[in-house]
Amino acid sequence: MSRLAVRKTYKLYIGGAFPRSESGRSYAVTSPKGDFLANASRASRKDVRDAVVAARKAFPGWSGATAYNRGQILYRIAEMLEGRRAQFAEELGGGKKAALEAVDATVDRLVWYAGWSDKIASVHGTANPVAGPYFNLSSPEPTGVVGVVAPEDPLVGLISVIAPAIVTGNTCVVIASERTPLPSITLAEVLATSDLPGGVVNVLTGHQQELAPWLAAHMDVNGLDLTGVSDADLALTCEQAAAENLKRVLRPSPDEDWRAAPALTRMTRFLETKTVWHPMGV
Amino acid sequence: MPPYRSGLDVAHLVGDPVEVSTVTTSLADVGSSGATLRAFLHGLPGVDRVGADQRAAMLGTRSIKTSAKAMAIDLAISMVDLTTLEGADTHGKVRAMCTKATHPGEGAPRVAAVCVYPDLVAVAAGALRGSGVKVASVATAFPSGRSSLEVKVSDTALAVAAGADEIDMVIDRGAFLSGDYLKVYEEIVAVKAACGSAHLKVILETGELSTYDNVRRASWLAMLAGADFIKTSTGKVAPAATPPVTMIMLEAVRDFRDETGRQVGVKPAGGIRTTKDAIKNLVLVNETAGEDWLSPDWFRLGASSLLNDLLMQRQKLTTGRYAGPDYFTLD
Repeated sequence: MSRLAVRKTYKLYIGGAFPRSESGRSYAVTSPKGDFLANASRASRKDVRDAVVAARKAFPGWSGATAYNRGQILYRIAEMLEGRRAQFAEELGGGKKAALEAVDATVDRLVWYAGWSDKIASVHGTANPVAGPYFNLSSPEPTGVVGVVAPEDPLVGLISVIAPAIVTGNTCVVIASERTPLPSITLAEVLATSDLPGGVVNVLTGHQQELAPWLAAHMDVNGLDLTGVSDADLALTCEQAAAENLKRVLRPSPDEDWRAAPALTRMTRFLETKTVWHPMGV
Repeated sequence: MPPYRSGLDVAHLVGDPVEVSTVTTSLADVGSSGATLRAFLHGLPGVDRVGADQRAAMLGTRSIKTSAKAMAIDLAISMVDLTTLEGADTHGKVRAMCTKATHPGEGAPRVAAVCVYPDLVAVAAGALRGSGVKVASVATAFPSGRSSLEVKVSDTALAVAAGADEIDMVIDRGAFLSGDYLKVYEEIVAVKAACGSAHLKVILETGELSTYDNVRRASWLAMLAGADFIKTSTGKVAPAATPPVTMIMLEAVRDFRDETGRQVGVKPAGGIRTTKDAIKNLVLVNETAGEDWLSPDWFRLGASSLLNDLLMQRQKLTTGRYAGPDYFTLD
């Protein structure tokens, strides 16, 4: 007798939990060939709102953790991902060899960013020589809650936008790729079991056109990464909405090569420099 | 003859069903002795706990959207008793709160009152002079109510003399729970006398009354003794203003007006933090007591953090984008 298969219900990832969309909606996800793969939750603007609340709540704890600790947790995510290599390769589909390579590239990317956690401050902070009896230090600090519109590349691209945002101490709300959302939810399962505090990363699946403007306009979001926006009109709307409270914006980059060695810009865009004057000899 | 009568010389024990005494005793005379008071309060019909919980929960599911929501938010803002009751309160904090009470935000109505400890009444009264916002003060050994009647009365008189328009008194829960209703009644009467022209809100502290029957009895007791408002909680005890408790108190003021013609207000306080909670309360008012109570004169929301959430929701409705707490004053 064949056993009954237990099929996964793909949900959202908000505040460390896996809720369905508040709206109760879902949409069918298909493979590039058009075969039905699964139903994914179709998030609404209220899920965006809840995710931002969760991200804001997680921010003090995550940004207050030591850089070393954040690096360790990112490394832990890489470990967990490595352990689920086969599962991710299967979910990515396509050729087996290419899929495994993609998973490996993802793990490597995480490890690369994990290493930057306690070094970025030395590279982008300075001790300034000033004409007075002060230690004058400039140090990069996380900007707050970052809204991320993830690129089409379901795994390497996704991790290449999440990791730089969180490694420096930001928390984020990610709108997963609309066509390939399934690996993002499986990645959320990895995040949920990697000591990453709930709410640091929140993953929403659904229609980019519907969700991105709400995220861009939200006054409690401090940064906006539009990497995955391919529609120029949508990008313009989002950038205009983001200007309302001077969000730091990363503009769309649809043709980015995710396998190339990354630059530091994805981290530095969501850092703000704080300069402090410490009186000497007091 | 019931078995317990042998050897006992009481008419009936606490919780016994007794004949409803309103037939024989007029409401004015109920407070004349402990026995009549007890007979009346225990003659009140019991509260169906399951039914009350379910009805309150069901009313909480009403969906209030768009223009109705905008109206509800503005009404809720005008009903807020902006409260700060902490040991660390300072003159500066009270003055800042008073400014916020009179100018909550762009186009938003001013709040109903500012609620402070008695020693800060003069500061609040000075800051609010001519603004139309009332000054409320807690008194009578808030929040526990454990002090002598002399202290409670002079506490009240001092607050009124300092300029309080409204006094929030706490009842002696120890006396109430041990069945000494007359003591509670007389304290309320004495404090009401000390209030003079100021309004008296009686805090029942429902979180310590343990049953809904007690909430109903305490509500009637306070109203009979002359309360202008009945208020759920001090905000220092959890659970505070739960929807079923507020609903039972609204039923009590409705029935009391039917019986006597005098209208008494209700003030849930404590635990109301979000716009959703506030709107649920407004639905309860409309569906239980009726439209007559949908005014700041008859219904208040005791809260501190609620106001910011109301203002944020208000901004969301006017601008169409979600508001962030960075753009509202901290308090």
